[in-house]
Amino acid sequence: MVEYQNLFTSVQVVGPAELGVPLPPGNSPRTGKNPWISHLMGRIGCAQIGPIYLGPLGLASLIFGTLSFNIIGFNMLTQVNWDPVQFIRQLFWLSLDPPSPAYGLSLPPLNDGGWWLMAGLFLTISIFLWWARMYTRARALGLGTHVAWGFLSAIWLFLVLGFIRPVLMGSWSEAVPFGIFSHLDWTAAFSLRYGNLFYNPFHALSIAFLYGSTLLFAMHGATILAVTRFGGEREIEQIVDRGTASERAALFWRWTMGFNATTESIHRWAWWFAVLCPLTGGIGILLSGTVVDNWYLWSVQHGVAPPYPAVFGTGVDPAAALQGVKP
Amino acid sequence: MSAFARISSMLAALAGAALLAGCERPPVDSVQYGYRGTGMVQVYNPRAMAEQIPLNQPPVAQPPISADGPKAKDVFKNVQVLGDLSAGAFTRQMLAITEWVAPKEGCTYCHSENLADDTKYQKVVARRMIQMTQKINADWKPHVAATGVTCYTCHRGNNIPAEIWFTAEPQNKRADFIGNLNGQNYPATTVGLASLPNDPYTPYLQKAMDIRVAGNTPLPTGNRNSIQHTEQTYGLMMHMSKSLGVNCTYCHNTRSFGNWQESSPQRTTAWHGIRMVRELNNAYMQPLTDTFPAARKGPTGDVAKVYCATCHQGAYKPVYGAPMAKDYPELLKVAMVSTSGPAALPPPVAEAQRSVLYFDVGSPVLQDAQARGLAELITTMSKTPAAKATISGFHSAAGTLAQNQELAKQRAFTVRDSLLAAGIAESRVTLAKPQQTEANVAGEDPTARRVEVTIK
Repeated sequence: MVEYQNLFTSVQVVGPAELGVPLPPGNSPRTGKNPWISHLMGRIGCAQIGPIYLGPLGLASLIFGTLSFNIIGFNMLTQVNWDPVQFIRQLFWLSLDPPSPAYGLSLPPLNDGGWWLMAGLFLTISIFLWWARMYTRARALGLGTHVAWGFLSAIWLFLVLGFIRPVLMGSWSEAVPFGIFSHLDWTAAFSLRYGNLFYNPFHALSIAFLYGSTLLFAMHGATILAVTRFGGEREIEQIVDRGTASERAALFWRWTMGFNATTESIHRWAWWFAVLCPLTGGIGILLSGTVVDNWYLWSVQHGVAPPYPAVFGTGVDPAAALQGVKP
Repeated sequence: MSAFARISSMLAALAGAALLAGCERPPVDSVQYGYRGTGMVQVYNPRAMAEQIPLNQPPVAQPPISADGPKAKDVFKNVQVLGDLSAGAFTRQMLAITEWVAPKEGCTYCHSENLADDTKYQKVVARRMIQMTQKINADWKPHVAATGVTCYTCHRGNNIPAEIWFTAEPQNKRADFIGNLNGQNYPATTVGLASLPNDPYTPYLQKAMDIRVAGNTPLPTGNRNSIQHTEQTYGLMMHMSKSLGVNCTYCHNTRSFGNWQESSPQRTTAWHGIRMVRELNNAYMQPLTDTFPAARKGPTGDVAKVYCATCHQGAYKPVYGAPMAKDYPELLKVAMVSTSGPAALPPPVAEAQRSVLYFDVGSPVLQDAQARGLAELITTMSKTPAAKATISGFHSAAGTLAQNQELAKQRAFTVRDSLLAAGIAESRVTLAKPQQTEANVAGEDPTARRVEVTIK
């Protein structure tokens, strides 16, 4: 049987496990001496699972992450009276909420936001440890630190939502709850409270970068798949030594839209779009309530939101029309 | 196809079906009624409507009967509310109420063998509910318009309306150490299965917490409403939407929920409805708490209360706006239960800088006692020739807004004309439209029907 093959095809060649480059002095050993070969994983990526490098940073990150995960989980489990069936049934509704507005930035009782503060603190510590691990692992392999800085952009949004903005607003209650539906309700309520995030220009920018990221990813993925028959999936080699795959891909885009990225620059495009998405989004969230209170009115003031014809006549606030009447 | 591909495609199909199980099947009808491009559209599912329409048909009215003849209060004993009806019309009304509220149990649901006896709690409640119905029809026209309501609007043949609410039982937090649900995060039907606060009624439909959360200015100017407060409002709006079977866009242009100029007129009706429900709960239901037996009360011992769904029951207008009340004119007018006459007015205020004079219901004329306050005002004005008077007229909330504003103006004119007649120069008297926005939202408040005069 003839089968077209390239690096992405599903033919899985199993040979001696790749155990990685020797570790620099001072590094703890990798975990997993006999890597596991998974056929299913091989269908979507590399079939070899492990060895993994955990190290002190990874270990500490997992410990804090587990602490946070357990605080959230046990709060949810207690909310359903330790009933495992109800825990599964109601999982999407259950939530660990931030303190009530009355507590401001003070330390609340454990069961009215105290657990939330603790879970948030441990989760933040865990995330930063994981970030440091990404950074040091990249350096250990002699890589650039692009992944770490991309991750930091996401951490920025996380910190704005859960820490920086609540502190600026003077109330932990402004932060996002830990829960599936509850954080979605928070998002909707946030937009309602601050006069429609649709009119927040940084929200708009963030969406442009989000959709832009998906578009770039789709264009890039399609281009590379299309030129793999010429060895185009070996992108890094094509960057260094441009071959016919790159030439054809470039020609295709120049023909269709008059401009082409290069094998190197398309990755910069994608990286910047991805990084700018949470970066601009975080700015948009940070400005809501601190600098702008009602994005719709702000847009009206700056001529962004168009007026519509008064099809319903002139609606008047009945509370204002009742002037002069006493309760 | 390999076994793996078969299994994964089966799983994908199952997951897809599970995701769609919560949806209504197309097609649905959508009706645009706002400006194009604003999304002001109502969506109707014709299959759901086919189920709902038969449930919202009014019963046939009782045959009309002559209003002549001896009055019910003279024929029967202990008729406190409907006594001015003829005995025939009174009996007709009783038959209608039986059909609306207790078709199975009949008269004995409320009455014992002695019809005048008040021992059954149902009778005491029913009397108060008749007064409530009259109150709604007479004073809450901004919400119920001329259509009005009858017992059937809520009861629909049930002893207890199908849709009522009780204050939610607080979560048993045991040692209050861990597992706080925060009054939300439960798939409550009250808020459309969202994890929103599941008792949005107590704060808004019993207490008067501010529903408006968004700011009125582009930049922050002190609006400190929290996200959790916003979620509470959101929960109430979910209830309204479900109760009326409408989208948010029935009332709001969703680009700015707070904006009144781009809101539909229904929002104004709903605004009055919220105040109406609040008054009904506090003035009619709450005082009946001790009348009801424990079995009729909620988990915290509170009385059953009214919300939007109590009347609307999924329809944009209860019973699709069928004008039932017109067949029972006695439900349209407020009966004066007390024999002591209209509520006495407060004494006039006559201070050096400020006078307040009170008026009777619907009247721009001052009573004798109030006229004394006017006399003192004239004396004050005569003594200090440099003083200037600013006159503002006020009204209570009962009645239509246009009539009321005219009435408030006439009251101010009465005081001005009296001052001019007493020889005070016209240049010293000015009329001013009152600026305050505190609202007596419904009903008669004797302290609201007044003229305020500031002397400077």
